[in-house]
Amino acid sequence: MILLVNFFRLIRYIGKVSYFVKDTFYWLFCKKRNIKELGREIIFIGIDSFPLVTIISFFIGMILAFQTAYQLKEFSSEIHLASLVALSLVRELGPVIGSLIVAARSGASITAGIGSMKISEQVDALEAFGVEPIDYLVVPKFISLLLCMPILIIYADFMGIVGGYLVGFFKFGIQSGLYFRMTFDALALKDVASGLLKSLFFGSIITFISCFEGLRPFSSIDVSKAVTNAIVRSFLLIIICDCILTALFYFIWV
Amino acid sequence: MIEIRNLQKSFGNKEVLKGVNLKVNKGENFLLIGRSGAGKTVLLKNIIGLLRPDSGAIKIDGTDITQLDKAHLEKVRLQFGLVFQSSALFDFLTIEENVGFFLYQHTNLKKSVIRKKVTETLALVGLKGIEDLHPYELSGGMKKRVAIARAVIFNPKILIYDEPTTGIDPIAVDKIVALIEDLHTRLSITSVVVTHDLVVGLQLADRLAFLLGGKIIFQGDKKDLEGSNDQRLIQFMQGSSGGPIKEMEV
Repeated sequence: MILLVNFFRLIRYIGKVSYFVKDTFYWLFCKKRNIKELGREIIFIGIDSFPLVTIISFFIGMILAFQTAYQLKEFSSEIHLASLVALSLVRELGPVIGSLIVAARSGASITAGIGSMKISEQVDALEAFGVEPIDYLVVPKFISLLLCMPILIIYADFMGIVGGYLVGFFKFGIQSGLYFRMTFDALALKDVASGLLKSLFFGSIITFISCFEGLRPFSSIDVSKAVTNAIVRSFLLIIICDCILTALFYFIWV
Repeated sequence: MIEIRNLQKSFGNKEVLKGVNLKVNKGENFLLIGRSGAGKTVLLKNIIGLLRPDSGAIKIDGTDITQLDKAHLEKVRLQFGLVFQSSALFDFLTIEENVGFFLYQHTNLKKSVIRKKVTETLALVGLKGIEDLHPYELSGGMKKRVAIARAVIFNPKILIYDEPTTGIDPIAVDKIVALIEDLHTRLSITSVVVTHDLVVGLQLADRLAFLLGGKIIFQGDKKDLEGSNDQRLIQFMQGSSGGPIKEMEV
């Protein structure tokens, strides 16, 4: 019985989010965007995320290099470290880790910000002054995430490769020229393209879930619940979406 | 100007408005009183179309807004200036951007023109030199004034105040009351003041209504109020805990 109730809740939630996505796309093409508002969002969502992306991607690259070398050592093939680190990062780990960072940092902040506006009647005030909250609050964030995510993901890939390179160079003595040649030889355009496409999907998930959850609270307790929901649901959807896209790309580009 | 007939609104199982009937005439200063949690804000949000009623009619200048689609409702809504209970100033905008919000969103006026208009409107509510500050830098009373300035800058036909004196000190309350009276006279607009503070309300009102248990149990002018024998109204006016209004009855 409880399972059935939860199933219907899930269906209702998906329905509500679908309407929300439809409304966002409707308002996306409705009017010219204010560059100042967009700039503010791009700085917050994109530029301010760079330090965290730098640190986490760099260490992920190093960890990945050590773990890969551990396996390759068995076959005395540490030289292939560069290719494996690059492929893992560009195809999979860069987009996923980068998106999870943005979901945890920017997504949580978006939900908390909109949720606070909701409970302090600022969202009502927007409507009272003839401004649609989705148009004013959600669309600029959606555009900013779509613009920032691919750049952040490319940057995350780059930092991961740098981390891997340091391990390859200092620990395993792989020469710089050789390491980067092995890196770029292993990468095809489709690998980069699949990572970037994923980043656009993940960016959309983060915007829709974070903003949707932010517009739901009725009290300050609801805001903390909304933030938790936004992060958990974004994480889950990113991983599910990643699995589907990876399978899809595998069959398209195999 | 505003006519409400048999308005009903529930949230889940909770019936908040149980058939409200109300009439506000053009140009008057109308007071809606009731206990905290009585549904005054819900009624107000229904009047300006922020909430949709379950049933009943709300006529603004003869147009039933409950029958309008979103686009038409938005046009009607722009006749209202609303001062929120919490002031609801946008945290991320400066005072200039807050007060000029309507003009920035709905007109093509130059920034310099809007700034001039904002300065004039802030002067109207007794504030100056705060255009570049943010809401968090202001006191509660100043925030209320800024909220009033934001509501009047586009010359609305009807100005609605939701608990305009809640959460501010007595001196600031007196200033806000004087400001509301002054604006009503100078701008010649219809004002609806929603409050649980009877002292403040009676200073302002031409006519008033009392909301209790989801219904309007009194509607009239101050003379009617003085002549009323309704024990619930008398209890509310005396602020007494003993009487026909029970604790759970809002």
